[in-house]
Amino acid sequence: MKPFHPSVADQLRDYYQSVQEEGIPDRFMQLLEKLDAAERGAALAEKDDAL
Amino acid sequence: MTMDQQEIDRSFKRDLLAALPNLRAFAVSLTGRHHVADDLVQDTIMKAWAKQSHFEPGTNMKAWLFTILRNEFYSQMRKRGREVSDTDGIFTSQLSTHPQQYGSLDLQDFKRALDQLPSDQREAIILVGASGFAYEEAAEICGCAVGTIKSRINRARNKLQELLGVSGEGDYGPDANSSAVIKKAFAV
Repeated sequence: MKPFHPSVADQLRDYYQSVQEEGIPDRFMQLLEKLDAAERGAALAEKDDAL
Repeated sequence: MTMDQQEIDRSFKRDLLAALPNLRAFAVSLTGRHHVADDLVQDTIMKAWAKQSHFEPGTNMKAWLFTILRNEFYSQMRKRGREVSDTDGIFTSQLSTHPQQYGSLDLQDFKRALDQLPSDQREAIILVGASGFAYEEAAEICGCAVGTIKSRINRARNKLQELLGVSGEGDYGPDANSSAVIKKAFAV
């Protein structure tokens, strides 16, 4: 009897999925917030200049 | 003009965020190491942010980000003076894995096998087999012909079958089924 042998394609998807399920590390959320804040700051400064 | 700039900015951020788990999984699969992958993702986010105005709203954000990450990966490898496809196998086999980061022994075996592929074959099989790209999109991301992608995937699949087959049938056992549980979450 042959044991159940997941295909390479299945194993690849399972592996990839397991990494995706780790979620997004905090450092990336913080980085995005920082970039966003910097952009807003720049936009505000531009507005101030215009006034 | 339909979308105003604010709306474009918002959708850029939303799409970037939505693509992050997939992008990071690509980075981890490509580099074989979480900390290297996360640095790569961070560089990619900053590059993408800086190049925001180059992105055409309505086009494929995911493919755009993957292209940036991939280019970043190879340019960093070049800077380190490595012949990527030749030494990658040796390079990655020397690296330790962190067992707690993978759900099961099956996945660790698979990860080790994946790390042994030349990087051009590895990225091809990941992009099409896991990241959800069509052959044509993968070819565009990698800057090569569709036929090249297909043959790289074939070689990758054969090599993986060979590597995983060698590790013995007993290694799979009944636990192989548990990985199916992992699949259900994160469906987009």
